Amino acid sequence: MNGRALAGRLLPVWAVLVALLLGMVPVGLAGVNPAAAYEEILRGALADVYGFATTLVKTTPLLFAGLGIAVALRAGLVNIGAEGQIYMGGLAAAVVGLSVHGLPSVVHVPLALLAAGAAGGVWALVPALLKVGRGVSEVITTLLMNYVAIYLVSFLAGGPLMEPGAPYPYSRPLDAAAQLPVIIPATDAHAGILLALALAGFLHLIFGYTAVGFRVRMAGANPAAAAYAGVRVHATLVAAMVASGALAGLGGASEVMGLKHRLFDAFSPGYGYDAIIVAFLGAGQPLAVVATAFFFGALRSGADTMQRSLGFPSRSSSRFRGSPCCSSPPAWPCRDGSSAGRGDGRRSPRRCRPPWPQG
Amino acid sequence: MTPRGPETAPGALPSVDILRMEGITKRFGPVLANDRVTLAVRRGTVHALLGENGAGKTTLMNILFGLHAPDEGRVLLRGRPVEIRSTREAIRRRIGMIHQQFTLVPPLTVAENIVLGLPPRRGVFLDLRRVEREIESLSRAYGLDVDPRLPVWALPVGMQQRVEILKALYRRADLLILDEPTSVLTPAESEALFAIIRRLVAEGHSVVFISHKLEEVMRISDTITVLRHGRVVDTVRTADTTPAELARMMVGRDVVLRLFKGPPRAGGPALEVDDLHAVGDRGLPALRGVTFTVARGEILGIAGVDGNGQAELAEVIAGLRRPTAGRIRIDGRDVATPAGRRAVADRLAYIPADRGRFGVILDFTIAENLALKAFHRPPFSRGPVLDRSRIIDHARALAERFDIRMNSVLQPVRQLSGGNQQKVVLAREMSGEPVLIVAVQPSRGLDVGASEYVLRTILEQRDRGAGVLYISMELDEVLGLSDRVAVLYGGEIMGIVRPGDARLEDISLMMAGSLRTAQTAAPAQ
Ligand SMILES: Nc1ncnc2c1ncn2[C@@H]1O[C@H](COP(=O)(O)OP(=O)(O)OP(=O)(O)O)[C@@H](O)[C@H]1O
Ligand SMILES: [Mg+2]
Repeated sequence: MNGRALAGRLLPVWAVLVALLLGMVPVGLAGVNPAAAYEEILRGALADVYGFATTLVKTTPLLFAGLGIAVALRAGLVNIGAEGQIYMGGLAAAVVGLSVHGLPSVVHVPLALLAAGAAGGVWALVPALLKVGRGVSEVITTLLMNYVAIYLVSFLAGGPLMEPGAPYPYSRPLDAAAQLPVIIPATDAHAGILLALALAGFLHLIFGYTAVGFRVRMAGANPAAAAYAGVRVHATLVAAMVASGALAGLGGASEVMGLKHRLFDAFSPGYGYDAIIVAFLGAGQPLAVVATAFFFGALRSGADTMQRSLGFPSRSSSRFRGSPCCSSPPAWPCRDGSSAGRGDGRRSPRRCRPPWPQG
Repeated sequence: MTPRGPETAPGALPSVDILRMEGITKRFGPVLANDRVTLAVRRGTVHALLGENGAGKTTLMNILFGLHAPDEGRVLLRGRPVEIRSTREAIRRRIGMIHQQFTLVPPLTVAENIVLGLPPRRGVFLDLRRVEREIESLSRAYGLDVDPRLPVWALPVGMQQRVEILKALYRRADLLILDEPTSVLTPAESEALFAIIRRLVAEGHSVVFISHKLEEVMRISDTITVLRHGRVVDTVRTADTTPAELARMMVGRDVVLRLFKGPPRAGGPALEVDDLHAVGDRGLPALRGVTFTVARGEILGIAGVDGNGQAELAEVIAGLRRPTAGRIRIDGRDVATPAGRRAVADRLAYIPADRGRFGVILDFTIAENLALKAFHRPPFSRGPVLDRSRIIDHARALAERFDIRMNSVLQPVRQLSGGNQQKVVLAREMSGEPVLIVAVQPSRGLDVGASEYVLRTILEQRDRGAGVLYISMELDEVLGLSDRVAVLYGGEIMGIVRPGDARLEDISLMMAGSLRTAQTAAPAQ
């Protein structure tokens, strides 16, 4: 391989390095030595068992959703809706965990996961059907479905499912049998990561070694040639999108069943959006996605530690994830001058229209 | 002749060679695509590049156009050594290249396409009116006859190619590279292109012309350089050579340009088409009540001027376009339903006109492309699991048999030369035992040896018992190969004749839509 080709293949690595370098600027402006900040991140994310456990916790939803987006990517589809699918998966798992009692864990956990996968899958099914039936771009529809899911969870966690007397919108705890076990004692690290890793391995085999994976890749790379070769392109695209949503939905379930043990309002801080970067940097390759998800998980966990130990203003640490723009849905200033972004305490449902004409 | 542009430095000797490439070497991994190639193009001439598929013609021109950096060697343009690192730089040095795949944006007009990527000349605003006027006068000067206000999608391929030429001329190119320009053109369009080339050369432009069609090269070029395995075999004056000698230089042995064709032994129907109607890409009727039968063991040729429904006919039969009315039966099975279609999928071979769109998946490997239709069955799959070593072995065998020039079957097809991409399609489609073969210009982009091989394979398939629907814009080819010929005009069949029985005049009249024969020749028994 010559130099230029090698440089091209390493493009994602350059992108990350440049983003990290750019991240130094605001850190420096905030009056902190950037080198110290990065050192702190690294220490926070990996140096001790607690940091590592936190990194695993943050990696888990990124990996589930990243794998989901990667599956869509292989079919030539862009799933911007992982965030909504995470919420729907979390919601379904919570409902199963809250309403069913008396089952042994070996039944209850799979049942809740199944419900979560189905919910995430259904959330992706709608955009998929609009895409193959009407040619509506999945980029738009998946994004729009996010808002519906986020507000639905917000409504339920603050209303019908809310624990009576709770200070903040969250539900009662799930049945103990529906909770995922902790894998590193005395930390938050839970078994969700094991399931995610197993799925990554499974998907690697699917895409590299099976007829099903070949079919999906064909439909993604050249639908016309795939159709000629006998692939049912529409069915394949719909199936890939549903699988994509189901994987993201499992990410939501693992957050609820493994970490929070309750359904919280706004329980995902934009994992579904970071997962887009995770999947694209991993070029849709499941094993590469494991690496990129871990990288972003470490940044998230390290950034939290650094924030605390260096005394940062809270929002600026999101710079370290490389692309603050994409880790949350865009917020636009309202006509009346108030800002309807995320800054106002809890996640506000008020978001105003973007400044360009719509329609 | 007018003095040449500002690139000729004052005081520099006016060089007769507008271009010299000296000792150019280019490797792709283990492949020596160009091996110490030296090429000199005289100003105001047409210089043809000939060579087998994969000989290195496109690579050499891509180097000149700044798309590849050479490993060794140097380029002299207008007598001065230059290093061309990007296409932008090539354009600035007044080189224009017309690739086989056009680079136009269909929804934009001709004028918009031509100025696309150019800096606006008056402030930030684009004076499209003025551009249109300039294009019109340029177009008139070279006999290109292009209306700058039309959207590109509404233009036939031949016109789109002229837009590409105009685009280069508008950027003041005076060295034009045409990579297999005639492979996408009808014979009439090629004639028109030659007239344009002659005009360009008369105005002092220089042209590098790549083609596999020897008679074309004999007619249009002044000088010919033949490449083989990346090396220059010889450079000769066109007036001093013959097609046979050129073919020998290209292939390294004598080429027999003759096919031995026995009488057909027609069997039962392979394809029955009944009152077929279909709509084209632009929403207009493309097929209007087409009815014919192809028997097993015969070749039915479709003759006609391009754009009379040939492409749509092939796509409908291949299942890539939905007919609006009518019936298609392949090997006796109705293929209107998806289930019927799948049932015959293995018995149908299709060689599409647009291989990049339907024929191959450019980003998949050669091995994957060769297993594209059968990957889910034994021996390529065991249960749900692909047998990669079988897929690779199968690909190696086919690559050998069809002489696909490559480094490895694990290379993406995109890296192959144009002709070798075509061979991948042929190898996959022609290696099985199809009942029906639909071939649209199957020798497009193939060198002499390879096209001869393709035609031989089609004949072998016919003699084995396959029915062949052979679609080509080249009347000679259709008449030479087919057992019966159907003439398509305006989406209707004007008549079905036997090449030996019909007068050429009548066929021409049918192609022009001014003659329709009532009787239909039946397949020979
Ligand atoms: N990007 C690439 N990577 C690897 N190999 C390449 C690449 N481009 C060209 N080659 C190889 O270089 C050789 C020359 O290819 P080139 O496209 O120049 O042939 P050509 O003479 O234009 O053939 P054709 O008549 O089929 O178009 C071929 O063996 C081809 O496989
Ligand atoms: Mg070529």
